[in-house]
Amino acid sequence: MYRESQIIRNNTPDNYMVINVGPQHPSTHGVLHFVITLNGETVVKLEPHLGYIHRSIEKMCESLNYRQFVYVTSRMDYLSSHINNHACALCVEQGLQVEIPERAQVIRVLMDELTRLASHLLWWGSMAMDIGALTPFFHAFREREMITEIFEETCGARLTMNYICPGGVMADLHPDFQAKVKAFLKQLKEKLPEYHELVTGNIIFQNRTKGIGILSKKDAISFGVSGPTARASGVSCDVRKRYPYELYDKLEFKEVLEDGGDCWARYLVRMEEINQSVAIVEQLIDHIPEGDIQAKTKAVLKLPKGEFYSRVETARGDLGVYIVSEGGTTPYRIKFRSPGFSNLSAMETMCKGGKIGDFVAVMGSVDLVIPDIDR
Amino acid sequence: MKFSLEYITKSVDGWLNATFNPTIAFLIESVIVMVLVIALFAFLGLVLVIMERKVAAFMQIRLGPNRVGPKGMFQTVADTLKLIVKEGFTPNNVDKFLFNLAPFIVMITAMVAMAPLPFANGFQIWDVNIGILFITAITSVSVIGILMAGWSSNNKYSLLGAMRSGAQIVSYELSAGLSILVIVMLSGSLRISDIVAAQADGWWIFKGHIPVLISFVIFIIAATAETNRAPFDMAEAESELTAGFHTEYSGMKFALFFLAEYVNIFIVCAVGATLFLGGWMPLHFGTGTAFNTVMDYIPGIVWFFGKTFLLIFIIMWFRWTFPRLRIDQLLNLEWKYLLPICLVNLLLATIIAIAGWHF
Amino acid sequence: MFIVDYIKEVFGAIKSLGTGMRRTFWYFVHPKEIITEQYPENKENGQLILAERFRGEVVMPHDENNEHACTGCTACELACPNGTIKIVTKFDITPEGKKKKAIDQFVYRLEMCTMCNLCVEACPSDAIIMTNDFEHSVYDRNELTKILNKPGSKIRDGIE
Repeated sequence: MYRESQIIRNNTPDNYMVINVGPQHPSTHGVLHFVITLNGETVVKLEPHLGYIHRSIEKMCESLNYRQFVYVTSRMDYLSSHINNHACALCVEQGLQVEIPERAQVIRVLMDELTRLASHLLWWGSMAMDIGALTPFFHAFREREMITEIFEETCGARLTMNYICPGGVMADLHPDFQAKVKAFLKQLKEKLPEYHELVTGNIIFQNRTKGIGILSKKDAISFGVSGPTARASGVSCDVRKRYPYELYDKLEFKEVLEDGGDCWARYLVRMEEINQSVAIVEQLIDHIPEGDIQAKTKAVLKLPKGEFYSRVETARGDLGVYIVSEGGTTPYRIKFRSPGFSNLSAMETMCKGGKIGDFVAVMGSVDLVIPDIDR
Repeated sequence: MKFSLEYITKSVDGWLNATFNPTIAFLIESVIVMVLVIALFAFLGLVLVIMERKVAAFMQIRLGPNRVGPKGMFQTVADTLKLIVKEGFTPNNVDKFLFNLAPFIVMITAMVAMAPLPFANGFQIWDVNIGILFITAITSVSVIGILMAGWSSNNKYSLLGAMRSGAQIVSYELSAGLSILVIVMLSGSLRISDIVAAQADGWWIFKGHIPVLISFVIFIIAATAETNRAPFDMAEAESELTAGFHTEYSGMKFALFFLAEYVNIFIVCAVGATLFLGGWMPLHFGTGTAFNTVMDYIPGIVWFFGKTFLLIFIIMWFRWTFPRLRIDQLLNLEWKYLLPICLVNLLLATIIAIAGWHF
Repeated sequence: MFIVDYIKEVFGAIKSLGTGMRRTFWYFVHPKEIITEQYPENKENGQLILAERFRGEVVMPHDENNEHACTGCTACELACPNGTIKIVTKFDITPEGKKKKAIDQFVYRLEMCTMCNLCVEACPSDAIIMTNDFEHSVYDRNELTKILNKPGSKIRDGIE
């Protein structure tokens, strides 16, 4: 009956302790299930089990037409729903061969960067919460709330916006948009030093993250890790720089790189990306050109026969959308290359040999969004 | 006429002994003390929980509970009622006897540790000559209750939490004991009333130089760790172990753990206030000054609870600011930092005590 | 020097913890920074501000003559990705004796709606709009299936 206790006493390899972290667990940020084999407190093996929130989005998209399927993708990585919609819109536009008005392009980039800011702010709070500090979460939400209010005014929704559509954007900017964004940038710049006071400088936080969950550059490449997680390992993989879409080749921003590969490096990369996104928004917010917000498209979109692929940089990494068209109004096959899935595959390498407390820190620093992994 | 609870206890004791024979008088006094302790227990549970929630809320820029009663002050009453009416659930594969015993052990040790606490001048349940030793000995028994809960739950999270808690409390008792020893050495007695009396011309934290300051800081850290509070809440660590050793508990059994945690905080903070901040002793500088006379008009019980709640606030402040340590870092902190500092500090304090350099 | 480094480390650690504690204490003594919105109360005292574009529910506006603008073209039904909208049509006899297609029932299933705004975008005659109402909870699921055109309503003149 009490076999578990004997297992702890008995450290022979056959008698490791297996615990289930998830699908309902405070540190997995959703319904992800890890089967962790422990040797005392040390992680020996870590096996992610997926499927608890599988909604078969890819299959659903096959029965929706090219205007409709965009909205479903908001539900994949719900923290960067604008960017998901953007990726789908880019892919459809690639097939339609339409030119997007410049105003729509600027609006799209602005929305993308605001989404990235919102996502990183939420990540900052939840990573601190994983490590045990509960207060930063609420402080991050104060700033994030301003972004969601901006989205609500312009797009009509706070989380699953469905604002960027094939051909442009759905509605024009709200008249208050510029003023609100400027107010938000001002407040964020005021409060960022507080974030560093609360978490970054804290000796406990640094000890919990420095040298923890190391992912080498080689491993990062072989696992196909992307986004801030890969950039913290020194892999240059920012889609915005390497395969620029929309206006990103005309904008000035840095690709943030660190070479530590540990949780601390991932933390620093994301904190610096907040600054870079602020810089991008600042470059654009005063220069929104006048003009149309949508290119002229037919009411029912038809993609020519062929295969189309587009990729964007979400807050978590490289999101690819692959559409196979038979020439009809609905895609024949659709496939999303989601950043979370490949980042998750590197979890075992990062966690092995660490303590169970390190697993939580790694989990926080990789910033997984479970619906993005499962789709 | 200075307000003092000593007259009340003395007159009750005198009246009882005059009316009944000494055995019955002692029994009646025991019953009165028991009722008072349970009342204080309930009161502390209600007050400390709402205090923690309000402190947390204000630090997290939110309002906190504000629906039940004025400004949400009766929220804990409502929560307690809810927990009382909940089913006392015992899961299937647990060791039923130990599972049901554990919360009571944790709670009873917290109650017993209250015995030598001096709430005011002469208002003390049991002024035993080894008072401070008694408290450190009794509070360390609570780890048995936690281990029992973790073991009997037959849950891996509970077991991990309990084992962590065991390692943690055993190691942090060292530095807590050594920092208490500094004060014991300076006052020359283990009896709590003697320690308080030794601070009549100034609290130890003011007149004990650097060694007492260092031992005060270490005592606060060790107290936080011994009560399993964040940033040392390894036994619970909700982001790692869901709820640690009380994962399987619900209803009133959970509430007893919860209550015992808060009462333990009160006890360690009361001990800290008594040893370092003079307990019920008002703020005195030197002897016989006018300032001391003015301060004497504030009753001792106000001083005692004021100081204790100040320390409780500091411990809550820790919890809502810091991230959690990892279990090996926690033990590193104790064995590599606090213990060496404590030993050097003890040496310093010995020199000061022998040479009589304290004020 | 080992000892110097050790002491420096300890003091650096204490300083970093102190900065964090100063920040939380600042918030503790500045209750004006609190951002909690008290939901049911703020509806009454007017502090609940919703953006005018907020998408809460699809409605069909009727004017004072109980007339709407829906022609029954089913563009919204086709645009909806979830099958939320079902339009039942009938044939009205115009005074000239011609048959004219009109809506009988505009069935809207709120429980299936994801507020994606595609139906409103698709509507050629702006007959449906999104409102701010977000309090949708009801005791029976059937109450979520709504008929948007009011009883006895008809199409406004001049809308084809």
